Amino acid sequence: MSPVLAGVLQLLALLAALALAHVPLGAYLARVYSARRHWRVERWIYRGIGADPDTQMRWPAYLRALLAFSAAGVLFLYLLQRLQGFLPLSLGFRSIEPAQAFDTAASFVTNTDWQSYSGEQAMGHVVQTAGLAVQNFVSAAVGMAVAVALVRGFARSRTGELGNFWADLVRGTVRVLVPGAAIAAVVLVACGAIQNFSGIHEVGQFMGGSQQWNGGAVASQEAIKELGTNGGGYFNANSAHPFENPTPFTNLFEIFLILVIPFSLTRAFGVMVGSVRQGYAILATTVTIWLGFTALMMWTEFAHHEGALRIAGGAMEGKEARFGVGASAIFAVTTTLTSTGAVDSFHSSFTGFGGGIAMLGMMLGEIAPGGTGSGLYGMLIMAVIAVFIAGLMVGRTPEYLGKKIGAREIKLAACYILVTPALVLVFSALSMALPTPPHSMLNSGPHGFSEVLYAFTSAANNNGSAFAGLNADTDWFNTTTGLAMLLGRFLPMVFVLALAGSLARQQPVPVTAGTLRTEKPLFTSLLVGAILIITGLTYFPALALGPLAEGLAS
Amino acid sequence: MNNSLTNTGRLLAAGLRALLVLTLVTGVVYPLAVTGVAQGLFPGRANGSETVADGRVVGSSLIGQSYDLPLKKGRRAPEADLKWFQGRPADGLGTNSVNTRYRLLVSGATNLSADSAELIQQVEDARKAVVKDNSVPGYTVAPSDVPADAVTSSGSGLDPDISPQYARIQVHRVAAENGLPVPEVAWLVEKHTEGRTLGFMGEPRVNVLELNIALSKLVTEGS
Repeated sequence: MSPVLAGVLQLLALLAALALAHVPLGAYLARVYSARRHWRVERWIYRGIGADPDTQMRWPAYLRALLAFSAAGVLFLYLLQRLQGFLPLSLGFRSIEPAQAFDTAASFVTNTDWQSYSGEQAMGHVVQTAGLAVQNFVSAAVGMAVAVALVRGFARSRTGELGNFWADLVRGTVRVLVPGAAIAAVVLVACGAIQNFSGIHEVGQFMGGSQQWNGGAVASQEAIKELGTNGGGYFNANSAHPFENPTPFTNLFEIFLILVIPFSLTRAFGVMVGSVRQGYAILATTVTIWLGFTALMMWTEFAHHEGALRIAGGAMEGKEARFGVGASAIFAVTTTLTSTGAVDSFHSSFTGFGGGIAMLGMMLGEIAPGGTGSGLYGMLIMAVIAVFIAGLMVGRTPEYLGKKIGAREIKLAACYILVTPALVLVFSALSMALPTPPHSMLNSGPHGFSEVLYAFTSAANNNGSAFAGLNADTDWFNTTTGLAMLLGRFLPMVFVLALAGSLARQQPVPVTAGTLRTEKPLFTSLLVGAILIITGLTYFPALALGPLAEGLAS
Repeated sequence: MNNSLTNTGRLLAAGLRALLVLTLVTGVVYPLAVTGVAQGLFPGRANGSETVADGRVVGSSLIGQSYDLPLKKGRRAPEADLKWFQGRPADGLGTNSVNTRYRLLVSGATNLSADSAELIQQVEDARKAVVKDNSVPGYTVAPSDVPADAVTSSGSGLDPDISPQYARIQVHRVAAENGLPVPEVAWLVEKHTEGRTLGFMGEPRVNVLELNIALSKLVTEGS
C-alpha cells in the first residue's frame, strides 16, 4: 500500500468513527445542559462554591461569574508556578520566573496552552497535575458553557436568561470531560503512554550507562489535553514524544479525541434549537473545511518540492517514523483547525505551504470544528455574518433560527470577528518593528517572519502550537503573547454572551416563504464562502510576506 | 462604589472556591484514580515499557537511544558504533539547559525550515555518512537508496523506529562488522519489521532497540 493511500484510509477511518460517535454524544451533551436534576457529587461541589445552580443568570451575571472564575484561575496558576520551588513533589525544579509564569497561566486558563517552557525540565508533579491539567479541564468546560449559553439565546425567547454559569461549568467538567478523559487515559496507557509518579530516575541503556527519565502523570494529562482541545504537552516534544503518543493507533485516537466534542456539539446545538438539520448544516460546513484543508496539507507534504525536504527525499524532518507524512498531516490540520495546538510533528519544518495551511487554519478563527465550545460559538457568529450578507443581497432583514439579526446583533458579531485579527496583526507588526524582538527568530527571511506571525496567530486564536524555532521565552514574547491570549479569549466571549442575551430577549419571527433556509446546502456553501473570504481579506497581506513568499520561492 | 467592590470581592471568592473544589476533582482525584487503574492493569506500560536483555534494563522500546563508540578525546561528538543498527539523526535534541544538575533526557526537534541552509547541510552530511558507513566490499549504497528518515531528525528526537528501507541498507555493514552471514542479519530485519497497524495506520517500521537486542543474541550464539 502506498503511503498516500494509507493516509487517505486513516482519514476515512477517522470520519467514520466521528460519524458514529457524534450522534449519541451530541444527544448526551444536549441532555447534560438541559437536565433539571443534579448529581450528588455536583451538589457537593455547589455547596463548596456556595452557589445556587438553579438561579437563572442574564448575560452580564453569566459573564461576571465566568470572568471571576477565570481570574481566580490565572492567579492560582501563577502563584503555583512562582512557589514551585517550595512545594512538595516538585522534583527539585525551581520556581518559574514572573514573565514566564504569567504567560503560562494566561495560556492554560485561555485554553491556549502555548508553552515557552520545556515541560520535562521545568514543571514538577504538582504544577503539572494540580495546576496545568486542571485548567485543561475547566478552560474547556468554560468554552462549552459559553457555547451553550449562545445556543440557549437562539432557543429561548422573551427572556434574558441564559442559564447558570456554575451549573454549566460543573456539569461540563463532571459529566463530560472527567469520564471521557478517564476512559481515554486508560486506553492510552494500554498502548504505552506512561502514568506514574516516579519522577526523575535512572534507566539502563543498551550501550551501558544510564539515561534519566522524568516520569509523571502523562496519560491522564494527554487525554484531557486532546479531549479539551488544550494542547499543552507534558514533554517538550508534545504528542511527538513516544511516552505521550506511542503508536500509530494512539495517534489516530488522539486526533479523534480532539475532534469528537466539537463535532458532537453541532448535534447538541441542533437538538437544543429543535432542528437537527440546522446542526447538520453547521457540521457540513465544518467537515467541508476540515477535509479541504487536510487534502491540501497532504498534497503539499507528500509532494515536498522544497529545499532540504527535496534533498532528503521526503518531508520527514520533524516527523516520527511510526506516523509518517500522512498521519502527521492529518494531525497538523486537526490541531490548527481546533484550538488544540498539540503537535505530533513540528510545523516549522513542514513545507512552506504546509506551514501556511496550518497558520490559515488558525486564522479562520478555529471554527472548523474549533475548540470545545469555542468552535461552536465562533461558527455561529460566522453564520450570523453569512445570514447578514445574504440579507444584504436580497434586501431583507436577516434572520437566523427565527431571530432577527438587527443592528445590535450584527455590531456584536462584527466586533467578535475583529478582535483576533487586530491582536495578531498589531502584535506581529510591533514585534517586527521594534529592535530586539526579531532576535528571537531561529530562521531568517520569510520563514523568520512566519515564526512571529505564527506565534501571535496561535496566541490570539488560543491555539498554542508554534513554529517552535522562535525563542519565545523572552520578556517581550512572554508578555505580549500572554496579553494576546487573554484578550483573544475573553473579549470575544463578552460579545458572544451579549449577543446571546439580546437574542434570548427577542420574540421569534415566523418562517415565511422569504426566509433564508439555513438548514439547506445552499446556506452551507454561503457559510464556507463567507468564512474563507473574510479570513482571506484580513490576512492575505501578512500571509504573502511569510508562507506564500517561502512556498513560491522554491 | 463600595457596594460594587464588595460584590466583586464576593464573586472572586466564589470563583476561587470553585477553582479549588474542581482542582480537587480534576487535579487530585482524577490523576490518582487513573494512576491506580493504570498501575493495576498495565504496570509495565505505565512505567515506560522498560526492556530487559540479559537480566538488565537496557532502556525502553519506546525511546530511541544512540549506539555510539565512547567519545574520543578532542572530538565534539561521538562516532557511531557500526556494529549496531543506527537510529535516526536527532539534531534537534537540546541539552538539559534549565536544571543543569540533572542529566535529564530531553526531547525536541530542529525546527529548521525547508529553505534553511543549515538543514540542507545537515541532510547532505547525513546522506554522505549513511552512504559511506554502509558501503562495504561487495555492496555499495547508492545515494538514491537512502530513505528520508535516515537523513532527517524526528519530531521528538527520541524516535525509537526507522523505516524498513533504512534497516535494510544497514544489513551488509552490520553483518560484516559482526562477522555474521548477510542472510541471517537480513532475516532478523524482516522479522523485526512491523507493518502498518491493521494494515493502514501509520507507516511500516523497525524498532532499533529490539533489533539490536536480537542482533546481540545472534552475535553471542555465533561466537
